[in-house]
Amino acid sequence: MGFSMSELKKKTENSSSDTTEDEESGEQKTGVHCCDKKDKGDSGVGMGVLFFIASFAICFLSGWLLFPSLLYSKKEQPFNFNHALHVAETGGCESCHAFRDDGTFAGVPKNSACIECHESQLGETEDEAIFMTEYVEKGIEVPWHIYSKQPDCVFFSHAAHVTGAKMDCVTCHGHIGESTTMKPYQENRITGYSRDIWGENIWGVKKNSWDRMKMDDCAECHQEETGSKGACFQCHK
Amino acid sequence: MTQDNHGKAYKFGMVIDLDKCTGCGSCMVACMSENNVPFKEDETNKKDSITWMKVFKLTNGKPFPDTDICYMPRPCMHCGGKGDHGHSPCVSVCPATATDYGYDTGIVSQIYTRCFGCRYCMGACPYHARYFNWWDPKWPDGMEEYLSPSVSPRMRGVVEKCSFCYHRYQAARDRAYHEERRDNIEEGEYQTACTQACPAGAITFGDLNNPEHEVSKLVKPDTHQCGKPRNPKAFRLLERLQTNPKVYYISEREWVRKAGDNYRDGEWEKSK
Repeated sequence: MGFSMSELKKKTENSSSDTTEDEESGEQKTGVHCCDKKDKGDSGVGMGVLFFIASFAICFLSGWLLFPSLLYSKKEQPFNFNHALHVAETGGCESCHAFRDDGTFAGVPKNSACIECHESQLGETEDEAIFMTEYVEKGIEVPWHIYSKQPDCVFFSHAAHVTGAKMDCVTCHGHIGESTTMKPYQENRITGYSRDIWGENIWGVKKNSWDRMKMDDCAECHQEETGSKGACFQCHK
Repeated sequence: MTQDNHGKAYKFGMVIDLDKCTGCGSCMVACMSENNVPFKEDETNKKDSITWMKVFKLTNGKPFPDTDICYMPRPCMHCGGKGDHGHSPCVSVCPATATDYGYDTGIVSQIYTRCFGCRYCMGACPYHARYFNWWDPKWPDGMEEYLSPSVSPRMRGVVEKCSFCYHRYQAARDRAYHEERRDNIEEGEYQTACTQACPAGAITFGDLNNPEHEVSKLVKPDTHQCGKPRNPKAFRLLERLQTNPKVYYISEREWVRKAGDNYRDGEWEKSK
């Protein structure tokens, strides 16, 4: 096998050597030609570079500016909710967003919790009217879009973070309590996840701890606080 | 989190009394409904079915009247691996880190969104405890409403296996945190679905590191020998592979204990 291979090699080398001489001389000629052209056509190259930069900029900007609006669909909340007003009235996040007795977190309150105060229409706002006529009177729960909804495979323990580690709501959720209006809910058309998971900044730049809610953000804090990112099952189910 | 199996961390394990097991299959049913295990319209091809908990039937191979039968439930063994350092066969081979060893619980995880379905782990597992989703799950009309929200359903192309009902541990921990007990979870607070479903009380579940727990009392695990049972009636499957499973079996019958590993002629007598 080895013998035949080396023979084959020799053969190909011999056969190619005949042609290479011709080709080399040909290439040399054209090569000289090429150089001549280059010296004359500097402006053409310049135009090419300019064209490249311009088209690159167009593609780049449309990718970063246009793509996000294509990627995310916008959904308005059923009606506007004024967090700041309610925090001032009730005294804090916990009055509405509470733990159940078994340690699970109730998240967004049900109508029954709201009705404790809103037995009848309390304000004159349009949003209050929608809430009363469309939901309370009809006995339908408000289909809020949850900004911080995590994918199915994620287990998050509010008890471990809020009760155990004494963390503030703001650390992950930001200053929602000070907002007077609800921003539109943006959903990733491909994954179906809320935009708040990836973060508002499409570049992935994170300035505050509440800017993003990706696994890396959880892991980063866990690494700092507990010295380990933790095993998979700590946050997955 | 400490990286060893012997410290203050939990080491959850299961003890199955094979003399009590009647082979009724309640554990299998409870497991499937608890963990959103998918099924097909036609489940006759057992090579395709997904059974986190599976009851095997063993016979002693003797003719009547000496015939004896034993039913053996087999969940994931949650192997500690050689030396009990957490190098389980499946964890060692996974190229995606979709399965890892929890040093705080001794439980081997499976992360479905991370798994890309190469099935190395299935080849590595000596207990055939892992299953591949050849199809997307199809639930009969209305049944989706009955799925457990605590367990994420799997999609086509990933491997799944018993998790020792880890979501129940998560729930127990939630409660413990809420009641400001931190990590102190009582024995009764975290029990797997199969344990609770067994009508014969054949399955016991608890912390092997806690001598107060029933599992420790039953098998008396030898911490110096990677949890090898000191109870002579207890055994682990394929003990000599040094996978160090956390599932123990108990039987008074010698042929059953012998069936727990592959012994050549004369080896069983020597091992006793």
